Amino acid sequence: MSPTVQGTPTRGQEFPMETEALLARGAGVAVEFDGIVKAFGPVQVLHGVSFSLAPGRVYGLLGENGAGKSTLMKILAGYEQPSAGSLRVNGVAQQFANSRDAQAHGIVLIHQEFNLAEDLSVAQNIFLGHEKKMLPLGRRFTATVPRGERGSLGRPGASSTGWLLDDAAMEREAAAALAQVGLQIDPRTKVRRLIVAEKQLVEIAKAVARRARLLIMDEPTATLTPGETERLFRLIAQLRAEGVTIVYISHKLDEVERVTDDVIVMRDGRFVTRALTADVTRQQMANLMVGRELADLYPVRDEVAAGGAPAMQVRRYTVPGWAQEASFEVRPGEILGFAGLVGAGRTELFEGLMGLRPGSGEVEMLGRPVQLRNPRDAARHGLTYLSEDRKGKGLHVDFGLRENLTLMALERYARPWLQPTAERAALAEAVKDYGIRTGSLDVRASSLSGGNQQKLALAKVLQPRPKVVVLDEPTRGVDVGAKRDIYFLIQRLARDGLAVIVVSSELMELIGLCHRVAVMRAGRLVTTLDARHLSEETLIAHATGTAVALSTAPETGDPHVHA
Amino acid sequence: MSTPEATHRGEATPRWTERLRGIGPVLGLVLLCIAGTALNSDFATVDNAMNVLTRTAFIGIIAVGMCFVIISGGIDLSVGSMAALIAGSVIMFINWAGPALGSPLVAVIAGATLAVVLGAMFGLAHGLLITKGRIEPFIVTLGTLGIFRAYLTYFADGGALTLDNDLSDLYAPVYYASLAGIPVPVWVFFIVAVIGGVILNRTAYGRYVQAIGSNEQVARYAAVDVDRVKILTYVLLGVCVGIATLLYVPRLGSASPTTGLLWELEAIAAVIVGGTALKGGAGSITGTVIGAILLSVISNILNLTSIISVYLNAAVQGFVIIIVAFLQRGRR
Repeated sequence: MSPTVQGTPTRGQEFPMETEALLARGAGVAVEFDGIVKAFGPVQVLHGVSFSLAPGRVYGLLGENGAGKSTLMKILAGYEQPSAGSLRVNGVAQQFANSRDAQAHGIVLIHQEFNLAEDLSVAQNIFLGHEKKMLPLGRRFTATVPRGERGSLGRPGASSTGWLLDDAAMEREAAAALAQVGLQIDPRTKVRRLIVAEKQLVEIAKAVARRARLLIMDEPTATLTPGETERLFRLIAQLRAEGVTIVYISHKLDEVERVTDDVIVMRDGRFVTRALTADVTRQQMANLMVGRELADLYPVRDEVAAGGAPAMQVRRYTVPGWAQEASFEVRPGEILGFAGLVGAGRTELFEGLMGLRPGSGEVEMLGRPVQLRNPRDAARHGLTYLSEDRKGKGLHVDFGLRENLTLMALERYARPWLQPTAERAALAEAVKDYGIRTGSLDVRASSLSGGNQQKLALAKVLQPRPKVVVLDEPTRGVDVGAKRDIYFLIQRLARDGLAVIVVSSELMELIGLCHRVAVMRAGRLVTTLDARHLSEETLIAHATGTAVALSTAPETGDPHVHA
Repeated sequence: MSTPEATHRGEATPRWTERLRGIGPVLGLVLLCIAGTALNSDFATVDNAMNVLTRTAFIGIIAVGMCFVIISGGIDLSVGSMAALIAGSVIMFINWAGPALGSPLVAVIAGATLAVVLGAMFGLAHGLLITKGRIEPFIVTLGTLGIFRAYLTYFADGGALTLDNDLSDLYAPVYYASLAGIPVPVWVFFIVAVIGGVILNRTAYGRYVQAIGSNEQVARYAAVDVDRVKILTYVLLGVCVGIATLLYVPRLGSASPTTGLLWELEAIAAVIVGGTALKGGAGSITGTVIGAILLSVISNILNLTSIISVYLNAAVQGFVIIIVAFLQRGRR
């Protein structure tokens, strides 16, 4: 790109004058959907959706998986184009060709799955595609375009003159954006070294740095700790005060209740209703989403037979850098929860126990000491683990349902040749037992909705008929209906004598489901609470180290510190 | 979020491309045969067909092993050099063992066995370096590509290692004889391919190979012994190279620094042309066999006609592999 003549930024012409003026004033973006239809091939997923969003408000967009809310938001953010219908932004009909187009109008979508280049630094990611440039010898080119009050990134082109990267400026602005979302890391850190929650915050910082005027957040708190969630809510309030429009997609209705002004409900690709958040209860929201009365979310707790021998006993187990001397036991028929902040070492403790990370300590399965060097050893001794990362570690999404289901217990179907008929019978049974909703048995796992993928993953780790099963975030990214199914499944498993360990960041889930909950903080198992003493407040207090009564372990500092 | 809306789109496209993956190579082969027949009347004869299949056998057998390695997400660049070194070693062994053991027949049988054993050992070395040594397969086999061929050149002192005449006569039928009108190498190729197909599609091991290639992490978390399965794919390939070499040795009765040159290109090309994704996860032995035949039909047509110089054979194969990869792109 040749150096630009002063005052005429190369990309500036892309803005219609009205939008330009509005952006300069820092106003939010008003949006009207008018009869939006979207079809993928023969499948219609949006059936003429019409509603409008006013600037400077926070909207909760509710709907089960498959209701069409993600597709609609992708259309708004330029990732998809509508098959019919029109989209008006600030009263002007728009057809965004791509996300860059939408971003030029201040509309930014934060994906639930991250679009970060792992090997680039945080700052490089935040400015990816919008790099700040300068002329050689540090002579910074100053554009004469008026700048907004918050950074200058929102105007791609305004700062992209010159032909050398201006790393110092980018790092400075990245640091400012990170501070706004409350993430204290060096902007030069490689994204690969961040944990999931930090990546989520970087995504949000990226949108903030791009000076978004309409921000779409898809399940932003799925990976965040309560503390980080609080900071995010404060940021949302601040952005709202600055006139930014926010669309907040979440399955967590308590958050929707807290943070939004209005709720908009979609079901089966149609707009259902909208209401002031203050006028509807959580129960009503849930009912509107599923379109029927939702009975109680959690099953009634069974009593565990007292005095039984533990199915699994762990003593002083250490995973270097993550967990120190954790000891716990779980009995047959018991549901044991693991609570803690992200980075407290829960997942890592169990990955260590499974032999997926180096770790040491004593493990007894059914009273016998065992060495679990890898997941195969663990499965042989009756311990299986469902990863929190469904697509990365849990399921082969490109494989069929049958191949996924039987992978952990293939020897049962190989005598010595694989018996596809036996596998198919097992799949048919699992589909029935676990309530996996699928049109055909011969589809890929990727064609199932999130909730049904999770049920398949659950069926998969139970195929080797374990004595103890560890479920890490079993309901992450799953809609309310599927959540309830999974809770009742877990209870049924426990009732059948399985010892179930549930690792979860959703405190309500642990309280509603578990017989006992172990709380981890900064790598230490600080306490184990039984059902009588469970409440959100006590769990948070123990997880954050503010509980007065216990605190035997000294505060080891920031839970995010990791090796 | 894997909402259905994202999925339906994903379903609609792969369905026809997947069918294309199966039909494409067959279609290509049929078109080539029609072209060959039109260009030269000698093409569509039984003799020529047997000739093509016999020549395909070496690459085809190696390609079957290569198919496992590629499906598991690996690669082996050394197969040509490995074949050359095994050929040289076997010739030296038989030349020594013939007189030393007193029985030429025992010497030849022991030599043939040695070919397979050497292949398995080289494969094991690759597998161990890649899994336990945690080195990229590309680097490991690029290194051994140089090592194997250099040792052959060293043993042959820059020239050729040649099988003694009487031993050569005894060994010759392994390449030149026919059973029921079909040459021995073609039978062996057929048997290796059938066994490969059964292992890939009907055993737990085959399923694990696909699972690892599709997503190694998921396989590891699903209690698959990833290292063992990967090592075995390289051993399997080594055994295939050994078998191909033991069929190849009696053809010329010698090994030189140019033996097996560019076989890795042909074997990998056969697998890719056969519809196996280079990223791993999915592939088929049938496709690989057809891919191998397709490549030798191309070179056969070049031999029989004078449209393109025979010297450009490798270039044509190179173009074919790039074009096929181009057609496959964006499928996953």
